[in-house]
Amino acid sequence: MSAPVHPRSAPTAPGRAIGADLPRVDARAKVTGTATYAFEYPVPHPAYLHPVQATIARGRLTRIDTTAAEALDGVRAVLWHGNAPRLRATDNAELAVLQSDQVFYRGQVVAAVIADTPEAARQAARLVRLDYDQQPHDVDLSPHRGDLYAPKDDHDQGDLEAAMAGAEHALDATYTTPMLHATPIEPHTTTAVWDDSGLTLYESTQGAHFARQELAPLLDLDPQRIQIIAPYVGGGFGSKGPLHAPTVLTVLAARAMFGRPVKLALTRRHMFDQVGYRSPTIQRIRLAANAQGRLSGIGMDATVQTARLAEFIEEATGPTESMYAAPHRHIALRAAELDAAVPGWIRGPGQCPGMFGPEVAMDELAQACGLDPIDLRLRNDPDHDPATGKPFSSRNLAACLREGARRFGWHDRDPAPGTRLVQGWYVGTGVAASRYPVVPPAGPSEATVRHLHDGHYEVHIGAADIGTGAWTVLTQIAADALGAGVQDVQVRIGDTALPEASVAGGSTGTMSWGSTIVAAARAFRDRHGTAPAPGAEASAPLPDNPATEQFAMAAFGAQFAEVHIHADTGEIRVPRLLGAFAAGRIINPRTARSQLIGGMTMGLSMALHEQSIMDPRFGHVVNCDLAEYHIATNADVADIQAHWIDEEDPHVNPLGAKGIGEIGIVGTAAAVANAAHHATGVRVRDLPLTLDHFLG
Amino acid sequence: MHADITLAVDGEEHALRVDTRTTLLDALREHLGATAPKKGCDHGQCGACTVLLDGRRALACLILAVAGDSCQVTTAAGLADGDTLHPLQQAFIDHDGFQCGYCTPGQLCSAAGMLQEAAQGWPSAATTDLTAPPVLDDTEIRERMSGNLCRCGAYPGIVAAISTAAPHTGVPEGSR
Ligand code: FES
Ligand code: FES
Repeated sequence: MSAPVHPRSAPTAPGRAIGADLPRVDARAKVTGTATYAFEYPVPHPAYLHPVQATIARGRLTRIDTTAAEALDGVRAVLWHGNAPRLRATDNAELAVLQSDQVFYRGQVVAAVIADTPEAARQAARLVRLDYDQQPHDVDLSPHRGDLYAPKDDHDQGDLEAAMAGAEHALDATYTTPMLHATPIEPHTTTAVWDDSGLTLYESTQGAHFARQELAPLLDLDPQRIQIIAPYVGGGFGSKGPLHAPTVLTVLAARAMFGRPVKLALTRRHMFDQVGYRSPTIQRIRLAANAQGRLSGIGMDATVQTARLAEFIEEATGPTESMYAAPHRHIALRAAELDAAVPGWIRGPGQCPGMFGPEVAMDELAQACGLDPIDLRLRNDPDHDPATGKPFSSRNLAACLREGARRFGWHDRDPAPGTRLVQGWYVGTGVAASRYPVVPPAGPSEATVRHLHDGHYEVHIGAADIGTGAWTVLTQIAADALGAGVQDVQVRIGDTALPEASVAGGSTGTMSWGSTIVAAARAFRDRHGTAPAPGAEASAPLPDNPATEQFAMAAFGAQFAEVHIHADTGEIRVPRLLGAFAAGRIINPRTARSQLIGGMTMGLSMALHEQSIMDPRFGHVVNCDLAEYHIATNADVADIQAHWIDEEDPHVNPLGAKGIGEIGIVGTAAAVANAAHHATGVRVRDLPLTLDHFLG
Repeated sequence: MHADITLAVDGEEHALRVDTRTTLLDALREHLGATAPKKGCDHGQCGACTVLLDGRRALACLILAVAGDSCQVTTAAGLADGDTLHPLQQAFIDHDGFQCGYCTPGQLCSAAGMLQEAAQGWPSAATTDLTAPPVLDDTEIRERMSGNLCRCGAYPGIVAAISTAAPHTGVPEGSR
């Protein structure tokens, strides 16, 4: 096993670890640069891999000429569909890399060079000649396409048309969010070694076991012969959740180079067509309300894109199903299958884009009703989940709105838009609600507790820390579960040699791994009592939680933004962002604050900058690097605060904790857009809020 | 084509033969096994590869290794004094100035270089009075650190860490 051991934590008293403001246990390794990420494992004499990508969006390869590439010094092999090792048939065609002559999108990997040096691999990749039988492609997303399909059932209740016709206030508007990329700073990387002992991967992944589970059947290999090691991951944000083609490609190359390690780090440009993206969304929102702002009708028709190669659906209608109640509702999701790369998970899939339109629409409705936008939300805060009719295990949206308003200084806000000009800048404030559901973990988990000696314990679980603080919070949870101090507990994660853990996705990590550790600690005490022998150990799986059947469960929040927009240039700045969240018990305030602020920062980035621009003529993202796909920099973020209310939820899990990794990005962009409207009177319904919206 | 060069990395001399196309970043990472400088973009767009080159911050992905011949390279690993962390490193821990940690070594080298630049009176786009020594308030720090992207959004922690650690870094007082 190669999971690293960190220096012992600063001590806590037994039973006092949860809630303690502890520094990260992996902090020293990270600030000294000694934490090893997937590309940095010292493997002997590695070969380097460089992909060759299709330059058409649809068609068939008729010829691949590798002569010039193979003739280059240092080139070991050029793999393509004619000579690549075969994979087992899979439902997920995205993973069937180099298995056929078909081109499904521009940028698809169609060949790859293996060479002794990265320089030779890259040079040779450019020498591979591709001939095609090219067919016309289609990458245009529109709600008016004739071939849209319904990936899930519509939600229809009452008669929305009639509600709209009879409403005192009726709003019917369309909102859009662009294609977005996760853009972790560590690109997706794989170091693969295939030798007599099996396959070893050093992998940049949110779930080592999850990746192994997808990989083993593809390779027709006993999972026990595959070890995936990922103790440190340089950010994931969803894109490193599921397995993607480049990992499979590296494994194929490692098989071809049997015995010799092969390394692949995607270039930043590859990151825009190999590892998923957030589908653009087009959201037609309808709201019907009476004079008091009581909703009688809610409509959401969302259109998203998926790919001809494989299906992935951005469930942008999800939040509307559970957010506000009305007797008349129509919620429908439609998808277009395009000749584009396969979309995928990005932080808050469905939830994040799916709250933009509705939460801006609520702001518009508040204005139409002459109501404060907080008041409008409070009037429509349901006491049962509108989607399922179940009671909430806890729903503290109202408390978040009130607490956030108090901290932000909302009470004396002048509601009139476009009236505050301060030294050349229009000033405005806005609010939006956040919500992130408690979703079931994607896969089982198990943990093992072992007593080393004299009250020192090791806890093993194959969890992932992609920056979330899992190393630290799992240590805290284990310490309390064992009645020990954190200094007496070493947690080992990030390796398939450890007991299986679910993927770090859907904000489920702390909840599911933590609950599993609590169960293992109980099993340990049941079996070994309070004076265990050295070497005593016990394991337990994640227990079922019957309460998930009885209750609707979600974290809630309220986000507040202050926006300044320059009267002459349209430049937009966000000097203040404040979020108030209700997310159950907070395990570690330091790492939790960073998670929430990190999500809000990504939401700010989405509001101000981010958009992947597709060139319909060629079918690829043109701004495919960090110079042109802008993400928030240090100078974009000024006063940003995350607060939480005390929330006790006895039903959600034994820890009383809800996920906090994603809720921070939900609602932020709507709060910024609403503040921009308050500042200028200009209602922007299409992200991002670039300055052209505010000029002329 | 290959060339023989020497690099002093964190005080240790190395002689190596590199492809003349090899970047300083790849020489450090792939030839010398240095793990502190990170590769985020290889195009000078993210700052993850920031090192101190003869004391000044530089993007190792934009420099060919041959151009770095005979240079002194300090990585984040070399900022620490043995087991004693550099004040910036300790402050990053105290203020949670990172999450995934991948941009962190670059942020730290960038911060160390930035404090020197400010001490030498270099202005930034946020400097309002170009005739006086720059005062490193939060706005100045944010501006001067904006070449180092952090997708985890640890910026507030980074700014707090730098402003807290600055008086303890040995950079001359008069400049702050
Ligand atoms: S790797 Fe050098 S700036 Fe991004
Ligand atoms: S800590 Fe993850 S990118 Fe900065």
